[in-house]
Amino acid sequence: MTHKVAAKKEPLVRLVKRDKISTPKKWAIRIAAIVLALLAGSLFIMILGHNPAAVYADMVNGSLGTKTARNSTIRLAIPLLGTALAIAPAFKMKFWNIGAEGQIMMGAIAATYFALFWYDRLPRPVLLLVMFLAAIVAGGIWGLVPAYCKAKWGTNETLFTLMLNYIALGYERYLQHGPWIDPKGTGFPIIAMFDPSARLPKVLGIHIGWIIVLLLTVLMYVYLKHSKHGYEITVVGESQRTARYAGMNVSKIIMRTMFISGAICGLVGMLIVAGADYTLSTGTTGGVGFTAITVAWLAQLSPFGMVLMAAFIALLGKGANTIQTNFQIPASASKVLTGTILFFMLGCEFFINYRLIFRGRGRKEDAEHA
Amino acid sequence: MQNNAVSMRGVTKRFGEVVANHDVSLDIREGEILALLGENGSGKTTIMNMLSGIYYPDAGQIFVRGQEESIRSPKDAFRLGIGMVHQHFKLVEVFTAAENILLGMSGNGRFDKKTAATEIAALAQRYGFDLDPQRKIYDMAVSEKQTVEIIKVLYRGADILILDEPTAVLTPQETEKLFKVLRNMRDDGKSIVIITHKLSEVMAISDRVTVLRRGEYIDTLNTKETNPQALADRMVGRALKLNIDRPEPQNPQTRLMVSKLSCRSPEGLRVLDGVSFEARSGEILGIAGVGGSGQRELCEAIAGLYPMESGDIRYLAPDGKDPKGESLRGMSPTAIRALGVSLAFVPEDRLGMGLVGSMGMVENMMLKSYAEGKSFLTDHKPSKNLAEDVRRRLGVVTPDLKTPVQRLSGGNVQKVLLGREIASKPSVLMAAYPVRGLDINSSYMIYSLLNEQKKEGAAVIYVGEDLDVLLELCDRILVLCGGQVSGIVDGRSVTKEEVGLMMTQVKEDRPHDA
Amino acid sequence: MHNLVNFLTAGILATAPLLFGVLGEILTEKSGNLNLGVEGMMFMGGIGGLLGAYYYGLSTDTPSTFVAVLLAILCSMLCAGFGAFLFSVLTITLRANQNVTGLALTIFGVGFANFFGEAVAASDPNRVLAVSESVRNAFNGPIFPPAMVQIPFLGKLLFSHNFMVYLSILLALVLSLFLYHSRKGLNLRAVGENPATADAAGVNVTLYKYVATCLGGAISGLGGLYLVMNAACGVGGVWVHNCIDGYGWLAVALVIFSVWSPSRAVLCSLVFGGLSVMRYYYPVSWIPSTIYDIIPYLTTAVVLIAVSIRNSRQSQPPESLGLAYFREER
Repeated sequence: MTHKVAAKKEPLVRLVKRDKISTPKKWAIRIAAIVLALLAGSLFIMILGHNPAAVYADMVNGSLGTKTARNSTIRLAIPLLGTALAIAPAFKMKFWNIGAEGQIMMGAIAATYFALFWYDRLPRPVLLLVMFLAAIVAGGIWGLVPAYCKAKWGTNETLFTLMLNYIALGYERYLQHGPWIDPKGTGFPIIAMFDPSARLPKVLGIHIGWIIVLLLTVLMYVYLKHSKHGYEITVVGESQRTARYAGMNVSKIIMRTMFISGAICGLVGMLIVAGADYTLSTGTTGGVGFTAITVAWLAQLSPFGMVLMAAFIALLGKGANTIQTNFQIPASASKVLTGTILFFMLGCEFFINYRLIFRGRGRKEDAEHA
Repeated sequence: MQNNAVSMRGVTKRFGEVVANHDVSLDIREGEILALLGENGSGKTTIMNMLSGIYYPDAGQIFVRGQEESIRSPKDAFRLGIGMVHQHFKLVEVFTAAENILLGMSGNGRFDKKTAATEIAALAQRYGFDLDPQRKIYDMAVSEKQTVEIIKVLYRGADILILDEPTAVLTPQETEKLFKVLRNMRDDGKSIVIITHKLSEVMAISDRVTVLRRGEYIDTLNTKETNPQALADRMVGRALKLNIDRPEPQNPQTRLMVSKLSCRSPEGLRVLDGVSFEARSGEILGIAGVGGSGQRELCEAIAGLYPMESGDIRYLAPDGKDPKGESLRGMSPTAIRALGVSLAFVPEDRLGMGLVGSMGMVENMMLKSYAEGKSFLTDHKPSKNLAEDVRRRLGVVTPDLKTPVQRLSGGNVQKVLLGREIASKPSVLMAAYPVRGLDINSSYMIYSLLNEQKKEGAAVIYVGEDLDVLLELCDRILVLCGGQVSGIVDGRSVTKEEVGLMMTQVKEDRPHDA
Repeated sequence: MHNLVNFLTAGILATAPLLFGVLGEILTEKSGNLNLGVEGMMFMGGIGGLLGAYYYGLSTDTPSTFVAVLLAILCSMLCAGFGAFLFSVLTITLRANQNVTGLALTIFGVGFANFFGEAVAASDPNRVLAVSESVRNAFNGPIFPPAMVQIPFLGKLLFSHNFMVYLSILLALVLSLFLYHSRKGLNLRAVGENPATADAAGVNVTLYKYVATCLGGAISGLGGLYLVMNAACGVGGVWVHNCIDGYGWLAVALVIFSVWSPSRAVLCSLVFGGLSVMRYYYPVSWIPSTIYDIIPYLTTAVVLIAVSIRNSRQSQPPESLGLAYFREER
C-alpha cells in the first residue's frame, strides 16, 4: 500500500545508462531515426501542398532512374566522400576542422594555376601530376596553419578554420576579378575553361575521381584502424594528457593530422576543378565542406559507412534538383532534409546510450527481482 | 528518546548492473551526530545522495520528521531542511564565497551583496568559523572552501547536515577545529551525519554509528558502548587484517636522485620548492601530504611530464657504471625511455591519463609501446598476449579484452593500469594514490604487487593519503607541505601524529634524517 | 571630417547585427552551451521576421506599420528561438555533441531560410518576397526628431540611427545588469561554470539552460532580421538567397574577443562593424576591393591567435562550456 503512495510521487521518466547494446539494435535505432526524419520532412512537403510519397519517389527516380541521373549523383558523391574522408582523422582527434571549404578552395586554386599557365609547357600526365601535388600541398598548408596555432597556443580551431574559409574564398574572388580573369569573357568576370589536357580522364563515363576516392576510403580505413598514426590520433582525441603520458608528441600529431586532412581536401578541390567543373569559380566548393561534416558524422567516422552516407546525401541533393523542376520546390529542401536527418541521428545516439524507465515500470522489475 | 529527524526504509539504488544500495533502512535522530561508516564503495555516499536529492531511489521510502517525502532534487531537500557537504566541493571557482552561498536562493530581481555579506559573517561567527565572504574561491585553501560549503548549507536553514568525508582534505589540527564546530551545531539542536571510513573519527565525534557494507545495512551502535575493533569487524565483515606486509629492503642502492627541484604551475605559482630526496632500489618511499601539496607535480616532473624550473633529477642505472648518473632534466617520456630508463608511472587520474577509457585492454597495453618497430602499422599480437597475461595474473574481471576499460569497475581499471606498468619490469615505479576508490581486497592486492616490485629491486615511490597505510607499507616517508619537503622519516619508527604535524608545517631546522 | 562621420555612422549601422548575434551567444554560452549555430539562427530569424511582416501585409488592407514591425520582431525571435530550441532538445535533453549539433543547426537554418524565402517568393505575383515601403522605412529611419539629427557631428553619430541600433545597445545594458546584478543571473553563470554545483544548490539546471539557449537564439535571430531589413548593410526588406553569409560566424568569434561580457561586446562589435564598411569610406588604391572584403575575417583570425597567446585567468570561457550535464553520471 505504501508503495502505491511512493509510486505516485516518483518522476515520470528516469534515465539509466545502458551497459551494452547489441549491434543490430543499435542500427535499428539509427535507421528508425532516418525514417522519422523523412517523415518529418514530409510534413514540410505537405505544408507546400504536395504529396510526400510522390515527391520522395520523384527524388529517387530523379537521382537513380536513368544512367545520366546516376552518373550525376555519383559526381555529386565524389567530393562529398573525399571531403568526409578528409575530415575523419581531424574529427577523430576532436579537432573541429570546419575549414574544409577553404582547404578545398586552396587546393583548387593551386591546381588551377598550373592548368591555366602550364598546360602548354608540360606533357599531360606530368601536368596532371603537378596539379595533384600542388593541390595537396596547398590544401595541406591551409590545414596546417590552424593546427600550428592550436598546438602552439590553443587557438580555437573551429573559428579559425572557418575564417580561413572566407579568406580563401576572398582570394579566389580576387583572382577571378583580377589576375586570372578570362580576357575573352564578357560580362561578369570569370576564369577561363581548362585546356582539355588539364582535365581528368574518364572511366566508365565518370571522371577518374571516383576511383581515387574509393581507393582513399580503403587507405583511410587502414590508416585510422591499423596504423600507428591512427592509434595516436585516437589517443590524442580521447585525452591529450594520456597522449603526453604515453610519450606522444601531441603538437606534432595535431599538425601532421591536419596537414593530411587539408591535403585530402586540396585533392578534392583538384577533382572538382579538373574533373567536374573544368574551371575555378566562387561556387567551386558549393558547401561540400559543410555537407561532408554531416556525411562523416552520420557514418560515425567509419570510412566505409561514409561511402553509403555520401551516396545517400548525394541522392538527396540530386533528388532536390529534380523536385525543383517537377514540383517547383526550392532545391534548398535538400539542406532542410539533410539538417533534419542530422538532427534525428544526433538525437538517436541518446537512445543507444541510455534507457528510459517510465513511472511504475522500475518497481515492477523490483518485484520480479525480489 | 529523541525523535527521528529522518527515517529511510528499504531503500535500493542501482547503477546499470551495479547495486549501490540494497534494502537499506536507517534513522537519523534530532540533535545527534551520526557516523555513517563503511569502506570505499560500501554505498554510504549514495544513500546520502538520495537524501539530498542528487539521486532518486529505485525503491524504498524516506520519512522526514515522520512524513513520507519524495526528494527529487536538491531543492526538495533544502525545503525539508536537509543539506549536504559533498566530498568534492560543489563551488564555483570564479565566484566569491558570498556568491556561492547565495547561489540558488529564491528571491527575484537584484540582490544586495552587502546585506548578504553581513548575514554570512554573522552566521560564521555564531559557530566559530573564519570566513571572508568577498574572497574568490580559487584564492582559498581547502579548509576554507569547506567552511564555505558548510555555511552555504546553514544559510539555507538546514537542520539536517550531511558531511561526506569532511576530514579527507584536512590536517589533524583542522579536523579538530571542524569537530569543535560540529559539536556546537549539535548542541544547537541540529542533526549531523558524517560519512567516513576512519574509525578514529567515528570514536571521536559521533553519538551513534551506522555501518554499511557492500551497499547493505549492517548495524547501528551507540558509540559509547562500542570499540574500534567491533566497528572494524562490522565494516569489513571479517577481522580487519591490520598489518600490511613490509619486507626488509635488500641491498638498497640509490636509483633516483632528486636535488633542489623547483617547478612553477602554468599560472606561475610555485608548486614545488627545492625538493631533494633519493629513491632507493628494494625500498618503498612513501610520499605524504595534504592533497595538492605538490605530489602530482613531483611525480609528473620525474616522468618528464612537468616542466622543471630549476634543480635536477638524476637516474643511477642498476649496473652502477656511472656513479653520478644521467640527468633526466628537460627530457620527454620518450627521451627517458630511449635512455634505457625503465620508469613506470601509475598516475592518479587513471582514465584521464594512464589509460584510454574508450579502448579495450589490448589497445591500452600498447599505449607506451605502440611505436616500437619500424612498421607503419601497429602490431596487436604482443599486447594481446600481455593483456591476456595481466587478466589472468591479476584477475581482472572483464567480459572481453576489447571491452572499453571505462566500463570496468575502479579496481579492475587499476589492475589493468598497474599490470601494464609492472610488465615493463621497471627500475623505478611511481604510484600515485593507487588504492583510491578501491575496495579492501583490491587494495591489499595492490600493496602486495608493490611489495613484489620492491623485492624485485625496483625503487618504488608510493603517494598515499591514508596515513595508516603509509606507516605500515613504506620504508621511508617523505612529507610534502606546500611544495616543500617538511621531512623524510623512517616509516617504522615515526608516529601518525608526527607525520600529521609535518604535513601542516615546514620546520627549517629539521635535519633531513633517515 | 565629413567622411569620418559618414564612416562612423555606417560603422554603427553595421554594428547592430553583430551585436545581436554576440549578445545572444553570450547568453547561451553563459549557460554552458556552445551553440555554433548562430549563423543558422540568424538565417531563421531573418526569414521569420520577413515572413511575419509579409503575411501581415497580405492579410489586411490597412496594415499598421507598428504592428508589422512588432510582428516582424516577434516572428524573428520565435523562428530563431525555435532553432535554438531544437539545439536545446538535442544537446541538453539528449546530450548530443554540441559542436556537431551547432553545425547541423547552421545547415538546417540556412536551408530553412532559403527554402521558405524562395518558396514564398515563387508564390508571390511579383516573384519576390518583400515587405512594404513603410515597414522598410520603419526599420531604416531615425527615431529621433530631425532637429537632433542635425546637431553638427554628434547629431548624425548619435541620433540618426534606426530603432534596432538602440535596441541592441539597450539589450547589452540589460544583459549586463541581469548577469552581474541579479540572483537569476548569478544562478545562470553558476550553471555555465559548474552545473553540478548549481544543481546541488537547488538551481534547475535544465530549465536555465533551456531558457538561456532559446532566448539567446531568439536574440541572435534579431541580428538576422536586421540584416534582412536594413538597407545600408543588409538587403533592405527583401529575401535574397544566402543574404546573411558569415555574420553569424563572426558573432561567435566576437564572443571570445569580448570575453563573455556584454559591455565589451558593444566595443568589439563596433570595431568589426567599422571594419566591414571601411572600404567604402577609406579605399586604398593598392588594395583591390575583393581583398579589402576579407579584412574582417583576416582580423578575426589574427585576433583569435592573439587572444589565445595572451591567455589569462580573467578571459576564460565558462568552465563547463560545451559539456552536457547529467546529474546521475558516475
